[in-house]
Amino acid sequence: MEERIIFAGFGGQGVLTMGLIITYAGMLEGKNVSWTPSYGPEMRGGTANCNVTVSDDEVGSPVIIEATSVVVMNRPSLDKYESYVIPGGKLFVNTSLVDRKPQRKDIEVYEVPANEIASELGNLKVANMVMLGAFVEATKVVKMETVLKALPEVFGKGKEHMMAINEEALEKGAELIINMVSTK
Amino acid sequence: MAKVLMKGNEALAEAAIQAGCRHYFGYPITPQNEVTAYMAKRMPEVGGVFLQAESEVSAINMVYGAGGAGARVMTSTSSPGLSLMQEGISYLAGAQVPCVIVNIMRGGPGLGDIQGAQGDYFQSTKGGGHGDYKLIVLAPSTIQEMADLVQEAFDIADEYRNPVVILGDGMLGQMMEPVDFENVKKTKRNLPEKTWATTGRGNREHRNVINSLYIDPPVLEKHNYVLFEKYKRAEQNEVRYEMVNCDDAEVILVAYGTMARVAKNVMNIARREGHKVGLIRPISLWPFPKEPFKKTVDQVKGYLVVEMSMGQMVEDVQLATECKKPVHFYGRPAGMIPEPSVMLEKIKQIAGGAR
Repeated sequence: MEERIIFAGFGGQGVLTMGLIITYAGMLEGKNVSWTPSYGPEMRGGTANCNVTVSDDEVGSPVIIEATSVVVMNRPSLDKYESYVIPGGKLFVNTSLVDRKPQRKDIEVYEVPANEIASELGNLKVANMVMLGAFVEATKVVKMETVLKALPEVFGKGKEHMMAINEEALEKGAELIINMVSTK
Repeated sequence: MAKVLMKGNEALAEAAIQAGCRHYFGYPITPQNEVTAYMAKRMPEVGGVFLQAESEVSAINMVYGAGGAGARVMTSTSSPGLSLMQEGISYLAGAQVPCVIVNIMRGGPGLGDIQGAQGDYFQSTKGGGHGDYKLIVLAPSTIQEMADLVQEAFDIADEYRNPVVILGDGMLGQMMEPVDFENVKKTKRNLPEKTWATTGRGNREHRNVINSLYIDPPVLEKHNYVLFEKYKRAEQNEVRYEMVNCDDAEVILVAYGTMARVAKNVMNIARREGHKVGLIRPISLWPFPKEPFKKTVDQVKGYLVVEMSMGQMVEDVQLATECKKPVHFYGRPAGMIPEPSVMLEKIKQIAGGAR
């Protein structure tokens, strides 16, 4: 098993954190993992992405060219990374902020209105957690219970008050996928 | 302690502290700023010294001072910063001051860019500063190895009384992987006591002096021979490399650091497609590992050296193979990653007899 994932969006959406949580959870499950952020003259509102590999084998290139999954949180990320998904791979689109349909027909597309669901939960900041819930449910790259274990490790003590809503957001995202599959 | 998830930059800083480094001098530069930030936070916790110098020139001379007094000392920088340090590094080598210098390379020349690259191979392995000297240069390719080699670097520096360079790149500095600090091998070396250190005369009969000035030519010549005896010892004892799938290989990839990870992937793909491909990964860039080439040169059709540069280590491979077999090169500078598909194509050409 080797999952090569790109999480992309704009700075402040928590895309690096999404990647970090999956990486941490992968480590807890005893897998080989690597996390590589985009870096450069970055700023809030600019583009941000990270490359995450979760593998049974030694991790090779930390930079991903052929992704098994791509998660896009905004339109520029879809434009840039749609072509990175391998045929048969998965593409997760935050439809709240992406105003076009993916063009690829050879991949599985999951449409997640992450910002809308987060607003309904009462905090727009957890849009990334909604998306992460959907991602974990659809890919099963790590177990949801491991993700829950990883959360406090990644967020630290300062964010304890966010734990409940984060968990709720993860569940909502996962539910969306479960319903999607059952209606197919 | 279990495995922890850390950036390469943080892991190397923590490894230095665990190796007993209590003095760090540096000047911020991307992509190694996490080292400076980590040291600023951790050094006071362990009773050490963190000092942000006013420039790299200043930082390396602070290293000279602390190292001369016998302290375990480190500095870290990225490519343009290392250029500024070269005069000090030559002095450190001349005065036989042990220290660890980390270069997390970025694209060049000049200010270049801030992405990971491998354009400083020549600078680190062939001199950089003036005069007849050598640095021992270690190139990790994973975050765990980064931590392992930092410990090793301090020990080598103390054993040989010589600066040791950890040569990484921006990608290794920025990426996170699990590290187990308990698994870092502690030294089995018999490290000499630092009787030469300038710690105050006390009851000693003579003054200790740290200096690289030997104004009388025969005296300097003798000093040069002393240094080269030491380098010869390092060439015998400090060579490190990894060989993968080389036993039956017809084509052997040669790469170090981050590039070796990509090369290993390509090797596996090529093997699945039925090509007999192996990998030689130099870990010590100086002393350069010649043995793996001696062992394989008769059996292979050719070597493919891949670097994140326009081609620097390739010259050492040509020397090590004594040009008995074709040595091909593929690389990309500026922080661009050489493409696996191109590497595969070249492997097929070499397997097909391309010269």
